[in-house]
Amino acid sequence: MPFIPHTEDDVRAMLNTIGVDSINALFDEIPDNLRIHDLPDVPEGLGEMELAGIMRKRALQDIGNACYIGAGAYEHHIPAAVWEVTGRGEFMTAYTPYQAEASQGTLQLIYEYQTMISSLMGLDVSNASLYDGASAMGEAILMAVRANRQSKSKRILVAGTIHPVYRRVAHALVKGQHITIEELPFCPDSGITAMDALAPYNGEDIAAVVIPQPNFFGRLEEVDLLTNWGHEHGALVIAVVNPIAMSLFREPGQWGDTGADIAVGEGQPLGIPLASGGPYFGFMCCKQALVRQMPGRIIGRTTDLDGKPGFALTLQAREQHIRRSKATSNICTNQGLAVTAATIYMSIVGAGGLRQTALASHHNTKLLVEKVTAIKGVEVVFEGAYFHEVVLRLAKPVHEVMDKMAEHRIQVGYPLGDDFPDYQDCLLVCVTEKKDNDEIQQYADTLATVLGGA
Amino acid sequence: MLIFEQGTKNRRAFMQAPRGEFSTDDFPAHLLRETTPTLPEVSELQAVRHYTKLSQKNFSIDTQFYPLGSCTMKYNPRGVHRLATYPGYLGRHPLAPDQHSQGYLQSIYELQEILKSVTGMQGISLAPMAGAQGEFAGVQMIQAYHEARGDTARSEIIVPEAAHGTNPASAVMCGYTVKSLPIADDGDVDFDALKSIVGPQTAGIMLTNPSTLGVFERRIKDVADLIHDAGGLLYYDGANLNAILGKTRPGDMGFDVMHMNLHKTFATPHGAGGPGSGPVAVAECLEPYLPVPIVVKEGEYYRLVAESERPDSIGHLSAFAGNANIMLRAYIYARMLGREGLIRAGEFATLNANYLMKRLQDAGFDLAYPERRATHEFIITMARQAKQMDITAMDFAKRLLDYDMHAPTTYFPLLIAECLLIEPTETESKEVLDKFVEVMIKIQQEAESDPDMVRNAPYTRPVRRLDDVKAARELDLVWKEPSA
Repeated sequence: MPFIPHTEDDVRAMLNTIGVDSINALFDEIPDNLRIHDLPDVPEGLGEMELAGIMRKRALQDIGNACYIGAGAYEHHIPAAVWEVTGRGEFMTAYTPYQAEASQGTLQLIYEYQTMISSLMGLDVSNASLYDGASAMGEAILMAVRANRQSKSKRILVAGTIHPVYRRVAHALVKGQHITIEELPFCPDSGITAMDALAPYNGEDIAAVVIPQPNFFGRLEEVDLLTNWGHEHGALVIAVVNPIAMSLFREPGQWGDTGADIAVGEGQPLGIPLASGGPYFGFMCCKQALVRQMPGRIIGRTTDLDGKPGFALTLQAREQHIRRSKATSNICTNQGLAVTAATIYMSIVGAGGLRQTALASHHNTKLLVEKVTAIKGVEVVFEGAYFHEVVLRLAKPVHEVMDKMAEHRIQVGYPLGDDFPDYQDCLLVCVTEKKDNDEIQQYADTLATVLGGA
Repeated sequence: MLIFEQGTKNRRAFMQAPRGEFSTDDFPAHLLRETTPTLPEVSELQAVRHYTKLSQKNFSIDTQFYPLGSCTMKYNPRGVHRLATYPGYLGRHPLAPDQHSQGYLQSIYELQEILKSVTGMQGISLAPMAGAQGEFAGVQMIQAYHEARGDTARSEIIVPEAAHGTNPASAVMCGYTVKSLPIADDGDVDFDALKSIVGPQTAGIMLTNPSTLGVFERRIKDVADLIHDAGGLLYYDGANLNAILGKTRPGDMGFDVMHMNLHKTFATPHGAGGPGSGPVAVAECLEPYLPVPIVVKEGEYYRLVAESERPDSIGHLSAFAGNANIMLRAYIYARMLGREGLIRAGEFATLNANYLMKRLQDAGFDLAYPERRATHEFIITMARQAKQMDITAMDFAKRLLDYDMHAPTTYFPLLIAECLLIEPTETESKEVLDKFVEVMIKIQQEAESDPDMVRNAPYTRPVRRLDDVKAARELDLVWKEPSA
């Protein structure tokens, strides 16, 4: 029997001890009219070998395509050691570290993670993770509304340049609390949030302002001006950032005169494979003064009975298993294993490696832009600096180009038209350090053929 | 020692950084970072050794018996891990076009079908990333259903007092008021109390069945009728689904919406605190509201359905498709076990729990519900030991660690004083269960002969009991470089 160790003798002895004559008798509290006796629509079991054949065949169907899609998930190099160590059974098959004495490995690791990610964000503290970048933004909004005692409103201003799905997820998470999310228009020339977009809100009561860096289009926002505006209007400032980019660009804690208050984002670039969208992890850091409003698990360093340093879950009075309906969030299980990988990743590549990864990715994107803008019918949409992702306008219908490129096994980019109706003819394209010159040349050559051909 | 304390200035794992000299001239100077983040400066070997050693300080299913109630810590097959991490699966971008994703989408579609069949529900979305997000999605769907009918006065969700803390927290996140439902002495919900709190203000009820008390809710049909007659809907918390696999289905009990915990019932690794995966399945009346994305099959072609095609959907819960690789693992596990194996999992989980319960009872421990069958888990209470010897459930739990066994769930549900919620799972052998009983008897004897020793356990772990009060009072959440 797969994974069940019992012999027939064991079963007989156990039933004897219990005092019943069959396993089925143990289900006698389930009313007869609710009982079923089979699962006819589930296929019969397969051995590991047979199933490996099926799963390998299916995996091979999806392999061998060159990916130039970013849009929130990025294909970076992951050192082999990261998942070799993360995949150890002691990390992978442990539970949430409620029994601290039997979980010091994971607890210390998360404390180290909190240190690394806080420092990368330039903020004081971090939690142990949330589900992903999008839900982390939703939680940050809930947190800001709880924490901002100056504001009586539940109005949130979100840059229109934020990942469109993030905005929708955040809306889904906060609408039950009667929080309204208002979108700031972006400048069609520069693709960033212009200060005049904020003018209509001067003098209004705003609970929080949400600012991306880089934004969804890969463009760099004027974060200092936006942050200062938010603080001058009594709002808390929430930064939504790419963690690799923060090795290069000014960290949220240094934005404006006093720094963003909360920073969240998608942790995937830090050593997590693309894997169809998850498991990734959302990170969340904040200023010390807000720590008691933070959702999710937090690890603290303390001492044991002998005065020896050790680690434990702390501030649990915020959480659902203690506070139930009064908790800061309903989150329980988070993304522990992905955080384990990210911590090992950051340890191996270090600050220098992160920065080099960011720069090499950007260098490749720039190279691609140079090559494709030489093609007739391709142009860069927004003026100004971008980071490792760029919006291109095509002279042919985007979906047609995508399909043709897909036939050549190139995932050419992410179409903007569905979320931004004014940009029907535009693609968001990302290149990371994983691509080499030849591959980038091939992208450009294929695109030229596709655009030039009938 | 922390990883930061092992570094040497300017030491780096150069192997892993891309080569080349790159300028930052492209970027406006005022947007560039001026500080260096505090990341470790270690060699790859130092990092590997440090984190390997840390891993060895953890208890895990791979190394210890882990009878944590309500968590279903069953063996996570290594074969599943291997197959789910083929490069074709790890390398697929979540927004890759459907024509480059047929292998992956087929598996996810088939998982949707298997889960519908196991639960007896009509529709499913795998989008929620954990049980709590499944609950949130489920309650939102209940809300959307009432709103679509113009039935907007329903403001309450009923939650039994013994429910998981996530239930009331999820209901509140959706804007509902939580009405607490008492439990009767026999472990079932107090039906008379339920009758008195159900009314036109009731949006729904959230129930776990088998309940968090380790017993099957026998009057579930009556509960369903009562709620439905009042116009409310029933939410099923699938944390304990392992107990009833192939024996009964939430759909047949009258539930309208439910979540499953793939990291429990379908053996995906808990990862020291996640990732989980909390698919939601629904009866027909809630199908339009399911979160996206969902995989559909058209002829022999599989594709992801977008939000724009499902106007009534409660929407996206994550940036992409939820914890996709966890779903793939659950699929592989379900195919490996198959119909017969899933049924057997429920049977042997129940056999192990009832056997362990009887043995502990025979050894003199007090059961919370001695008249009831165990499901896949059961509760013993240390209230007598606490009163007579001042030895608590926590003391037993901590002393178990010295015997190289993980503690059961402690102090949950709060309803039972000094409780240990014990779930052995089907993958443990009779010998392991016998050993657990032996250790519990030994600890009872130690508590009688040397109570102070038990009160101060454990002794053999990397640390002894930690000062939680200090942890919360003198918050130390990040390491700071000692000033020179």
